[in-house]
Amino acid sequence: MSLPPVEPWVVLAFSAAIFFVGLFGLLVRRNLLIILMSIELMLNAVNLTYVTFSHQLSSMAGQMSVFFIITVAAAESAVGLGLVIALYRTLKTVDTDEITLLKD
Amino acid sequence: MLKLIPLFPLLGFLVNGLWYALIQSRPGAKKAGSTVTGGLASLAILGSFIVSVKVFLQLRGMPEASRVIEETLFSWIQVGDLNVPMTLRVDVLSTLFTMVISGVGFLIHVYSIGYMSHDETPGKFFTYLNLFCFAMLMLVMGANLPILFLGWEGVGLCSYLLIGYWYTDDEKASAGKKAFIVNRIGDLGFLLGMFLIFTTFQTLDFVEIRAAFSNSPTGVLPAGVTFETLSAIGLLLFVGCMGKSAQIPLYVWLPDAMAGPTPVSALIHAATMVTSGIYLVARLNFLYSLAPTASVVVAGVGAFTAFMAATIAITQRDIKKVLAYSTVSQLGYMFLACGVGGYVAGVFHVITHAFFKALMFLGAGSVIHGMHEEQDIMKMGGLRSKMPQTFLVFLIGWLAISGLPPFSGFFSKDEILWLSFASMKGSKVLWAMGAMTAVMTAFYMSRLFFLTFMGKPRTHEAEHAHESPFVMTGPLWVLAILSAIGGFMGIPPVISEVFGAHDINWLAHWLNPVVPHHVELNPGTTHAMEWALMGLSVLGALVGIFVAKGLYRDLAKAESLKQKFAGVHNILTNKWYVDALYDAVIVRPLVNFSKFLWRGFDVLVIDGFVNGLGRLSAWTGNAARVMQTGSVQTYAIMALLGLLITVGYLVYGLA
Repeated sequence: MSLPPVEPWVVLAFSAAIFFVGLFGLLVRRNLLIILMSIELMLNAVNLTYVTFSHQLSSMAGQMSVFFIITVAAAESAVGLGLVIALYRTLKTVDTDEITLLKD
Repeated sequence: MLKLIPLFPLLGFLVNGLWYALIQSRPGAKKAGSTVTGGLASLAILGSFIVSVKVFLQLRGMPEASRVIEETLFSWIQVGDLNVPMTLRVDVLSTLFTMVISGVGFLIHVYSIGYMSHDETPGKFFTYLNLFCFAMLMLVMGANLPILFLGWEGVGLCSYLLIGYWYTDDEKASAGKKAFIVNRIGDLGFLLGMFLIFTTFQTLDFVEIRAAFSNSPTGVLPAGVTFETLSAIGLLLFVGCMGKSAQIPLYVWLPDAMAGPTPVSALIHAATMVTSGIYLVARLNFLYSLAPTASVVVAGVGAFTAFMAATIAITQRDIKKVLAYSTVSQLGYMFLACGVGGYVAGVFHVITHAFFKALMFLGAGSVIHGMHEEQDIMKMGGLRSKMPQTFLVFLIGWLAISGLPPFSGFFSKDEILWLSFASMKGSKVLWAMGAMTAVMTAFYMSRLFFLTFMGKPRTHEAEHAHESPFVMTGPLWVLAILSAIGGFMGIPPVISEVFGAHDINWLAHWLNPVVPHHVELNPGTTHAMEWALMGLSVLGALVGIFVAKGLYRDLAKAESLKQKFAGVHNILTNKWYVDALYDAVIVRPLVNFSKFLWRGFDVLVIDGFVNGLGRLSAWTGNAARVMQTGSVQTYAIMALLGLLITVGYLVYGLA
């Protein structure tokens, strides 16, 4: 039994939805951890778009990029989490409304 | 050998100056006394006097036509066509000046040892004095105009330094500044004249300029030179002389210059520096005698200055101010002589004036010293018995300046008066002004003399005045002898004829041909006229003396006369309101304009622009600060907006 093939626009719409959910989260949430997760969401939305187009255009370049992005994203979230922990240790908070060091 | 003459004072300046600057002026260091520093400075000048006399003797041994000694030290300025070597040249004219400068200078240095004995920084004083002598000697020994100008500025600087020597007194410091600034105005004229000479003759060397005249194709003017150019040169240089030699309208600094120590007044402001204008005119006599306009101006300004300064001197109460106005007046005489073509007479009066005016200034210094810094002659009186030596030398100086024979002033002044009458360029008006000045000179000098030395002491200080030490009276006696006999170097033929019918005017023969003694006389002038005028001027001097004697023996008479002519007296005591006029017309508008530039332009425009730039950036910075919230999300929104705008532009904008 084989599933009917998924139409590309469905996938693209889905990834766009994810991307905007991530963007929304990035802009409105105040918790740094959530913001990091939102960034991951956006990254993965982009990944999905890459794969879709790669399949459509029969080119492997897009999928190659995805592998790179996954690797870099892993490193990035490690660094990001490290920064969040360091911030928490110094300021005892991860609320971005209270972290306005650049202003002062 | 020539370079030794200025070298001695230069060395004295360096030794005294470095000693003072490096050692004595350190905090807590002991200042050297006037004996050591003054002795050193005097020795330096004595050295140059000895060399000057040797040079003079050497010149005398040479044949008449070639009496010049020249020494090139190094090439000073060399730019394009302009070549100015540092050349010293002593001819018959400058040798007289070097001897007067170093001789009188030496006496004044010795005198200063006594005069400055109570001063706090004699080291500094003698440093300046030596520097002055160096500059003055360079002025008269320079072979070209730039060297003369170097000396000219050097003496101006020293004059400024020495007038303001007691600079803690505000009035004295500003008198120094006044002298410097007024001289600067004259120097502008000098500089322009020098430029014009260079463009006209392509040289600045005196001998070469003169050669241009003697090599001229027409026999009168050098090729391509007009009378107008010569007059312009003469007038421009005379503007410089007006400043340095204190002639109308630039004489105002000299009376104020009396703020300096008295030996300075004697050396700089009577005997040497102020006569450098006459030296310049006499040096360029070949040029002035072909520039009729310039000559008329020189004679006119000289006569008017002589007259006006004499009127002011009549009412002055400060002993040094009287002498200062007298100096201005006598300098006017010298220019009058040069203006009517009697360059020898002008130089003659420079020399005799150097003797008797230095004598009178130093005598006045001795009086001031004895009276404990009192300068008001109304507070003196009866000093004859308290200061017998000063009295005697002052007597000689008084007779000399009043123009009584056989003292030196008689010969030189009479020659000037005669020429101002008889010369082709002279006139009765010039003579009348000169003769009236002579009467007034005798009058104010007698007034000074009677008020100071005769009668009864009018104050406690006058009663207890003391005679000055020998170190001061010694030089006075030398100058007194010179004032008494100095006139015999220029006995006019009209007198010598009576005794032996032989022209024994040594000075005129000596100066020929550098300064020609021949003056074109009006047709119809006779010896009888010369005798008559001579008798008239002696008579005038005697009248001046006796009127003064009558008036100032009894001060009540003088007082009643003063009341009667209160208006005239007022004008004279206020010096014809010239200082007030200059203040209102030049000084105050200049100050106001400067204030406008300061407050209106500098503060508003310049500062406003610069400060405005600063304020603008501070304001934009403040405005932009609002964007800097520190919140990460705001930044993210900004980035997003930026991205949207860029993408929007790329997609729609470029289409």
